[in-house]
Amino acid sequence: MQQLTRFAADYVGYVLKGGTKFYAWMGALGVLIIGMMYVFYLQNTEGLIVTGMTSQIHDGLYFANLVFLVGVAAGAVTIVFPAYAYHHEGMHKVAVLGEMLAITAVIMVMMFVFAHMGRPDRLWHMIPPWGIYSFSSMLGWDVMVLNGYLILNFVCGFYYLWCKYTGNPINRKWFMPVVWIAIVWALSIHTVTAFLISTMPARPMWFHSMMPIRFITTAFAAGPCLIILIFLIVRNNTKFWVDDSAIKLLTTIVTWCLGIAIFLTLSEVVVELYARTEHANGLYYLMFGLHGLTNLVPWFWAAVVLMIAAFVLFLVPSIRNNFKLLPIPCVMAFAGIWIEKGMGLIVPGFIPSPIGEVTEYYPTFVEWLLTLGIWAFGFFILTILLKGAIGILQGEIKYGAAK
Amino acid sequence: MTPDKTPPADPAQEHPAECPAPPASADPAACAPKTSRRDFLKAGGTLSLSSLMGAGALMSQSDDARAAAEWAEHFQKNYRLMTDAEKAEARVRLEKRYSMEYGKPVTVDTTGPQPGVLMGYALNIRKCIGCRRCVHACVAENNQSRGTRPGEKIEWIQVLRMERGKFEADKMNHGYPEGLGIQVGGNAYTPAGQVLEGQYHYNPEAVPEQDATYMPIACMQCEKPPCVKVCPVRTTYREADGPVVIDYNWCIGCRMCMGACPYWARRINLTTPVLPKEEMNPVTHYLGNRPRMRGVVEKCHWCLQRTRHDRYPACVEVCPVGARKFGNLLDPESEVSKILERKNVFRLKAELNTFPKFFYFYD
Repeated sequence: MQQLTRFAADYVGYVLKGGTKFYAWMGALGVLIIGMMYVFYLQNTEGLIVTGMTSQIHDGLYFANLVFLVGVAAGAVTIVFPAYAYHHEGMHKVAVLGEMLAITAVIMVMMFVFAHMGRPDRLWHMIPPWGIYSFSSMLGWDVMVLNGYLILNFVCGFYYLWCKYTGNPINRKWFMPVVWIAIVWALSIHTVTAFLISTMPARPMWFHSMMPIRFITTAFAAGPCLIILIFLIVRNNTKFWVDDSAIKLLTTIVTWCLGIAIFLTLSEVVVELYARTEHANGLYYLMFGLHGLTNLVPWFWAAVVLMIAAFVLFLVPSIRNNFKLLPIPCVMAFAGIWIEKGMGLIVPGFIPSPIGEVTEYYPTFVEWLLTLGIWAFGFFILTILLKGAIGILQGEIKYGAAK
Repeated sequence: MTPDKTPPADPAQEHPAECPAPPASADPAACAPKTSRRDFLKAGGTLSLSSLMGAGALMSQSDDARAAAEWAEHFQKNYRLMTDAEKAEARVRLEKRYSMEYGKPVTVDTTGPQPGVLMGYALNIRKCIGCRRCVHACVAENNQSRGTRPGEKIEWIQVLRMERGKFEADKMNHGYPEGLGIQVGGNAYTPAGQVLEGQYHYNPEAVPEQDATYMPIACMQCEKPPCVKVCPVRTTYREADGPVVIDYNWCIGCRMCMGACPYWARRINLTTPVLPKEEMNPVTHYLGNRPRMRGVVEKCHWCLQRTRHDRYPACVEVCPVGARKFGNLLDPESEVSKILERKNVFRLKAELNTFPKFFYFYD
């Protein structure tokens, strides 16, 4: 117990210490977080009318980010899996950082859930024994697997750090099974999120069985892209060294998951547009516009260009092996997938509406600020978690050292 | 006004006993003859009692009491899990709050489904003239939001105006798809027939218009409702007598049901509904037309406040051409059963296996 309080105190103490750069970064994020709190208050006193959502298009920016971030959370498994299944040295060293990212992403997902709900004050209605858990609802399953994933990653990540901190050996008897469960669980969170929208025949654009695998491939492209960027930042700004081999393996994973994602998108385009039934109207709206409404067309083509260009750049050895240039395709792929899986997937699902009404969705300032604020909050906790984890891995936080 | 169960005069209500085959046989009397009359009056009695309590509260309570009522509402259970005592408590609480808010005695009915009743609806699309009286009657009856800002105005019924398409000789040589130079089909048509690409914003000088047909839609009260399946808190469910209802106090506003509905029947209250005091209909049902709050989903419930008391839904009552028919599907003598027996009927998007209890037919 005394060890535990020491751990907490040492951890907090270490995280709070930092240079001007650190405080400026955290301060800037703090400003955005305060902005987010204000618009969240506004949204829950005025109602969702302060957003651009309507009865026609009732899932917008929040839901899009929610879906995307579930992918980022699942993407952390691209570190954990090679580390434990293939005993990849470089990955094993940084596996805990992946778990920290997963924790952050799931927390952000939860915040987007709160932002999305019409009555966030009633979310306890979903949680037994006070509320009712519905086994027939995909949203119920999604909440369950997401919370499970959060707990699994918290346990794995912090138990590992705790052992490093105290110097005790890891008890592999229960640690390894939990790690394996967490790996399989990562697939479940994104699969269930795909089922969330792909099980609605009322929305033909989403109603196909390709959705889960598309979600997984885009997740395993976007997630590692962010991780590569984070690793490069960590390498350049802290004393912690992430091995080249880890980054190179991640690059390979990104490249081929991105390739498959592009292939799946093209398959969908061919299947839908060849027959061009009424069910293809959503995709047609996204690609070319419908009845003169073309709001999402530039988004779609931007995503296509970003993803294909990033894929080509990843294939060029002189770019993917040059860690100064590598961030470029990473940012491109990350942004491309954010569009494709967010605005480019969620919004056209509602256009046209089931009765053929074509309307458009314009996110309001409130929505942008709230979204930005949740991302800022995500980076805020990610910074804390990574800093603490790196401190422990480096041996700078150690039991008895601070006395 | 005396807070009685019966709202202003209504032909269907005044002589239920004299009608040989009651048209709205959602009435228990039509199916289980020995229960009806006395229970009916008793129900009316309890209703009046609780509305008196509501009226009393109106005189004596302050804003604090209203806040207390709202506070207590936060902790109430899902309606289906409430005991009868809890339901009564919730109802009194609501009546109090609504009476205060709208400055008149408001009743909140909690009458449950009656045995032997399965409500059904049939609409004669040949007869519909697109006047949209049903839309407006529905808004007035069911306390929908009447605001002017986008998102504040809610209508549960849509009358889709569909153009009469035609094939034309001068279009014979139009290729399809155009521009590729490959003729894979003709293009001598404009959209024809009943397709779900109608327009419900239309403002003609007179209806019916020469070049249009009309297709009214609303909640289909499916027997296998996709909206119920996706609800994570089971706040929306199918009542034993057919309609799919929502416990507005339990809804978390996740809008999954809206995504799942193939008929676009559901609406989200983006803000606190705009409902002027003088226009508010004080005869309400807990699962029906009681005033909703911000952030919850609502939809047509076949006027439970009326149909559970042997009255027609407002849209049926107001329809000037008699295109709308409502009744008990289990009663072979009801109008709806007769239509199913004798007419050509179809259901909308039948391929989705939602099994609506809302049928379309034509003479």
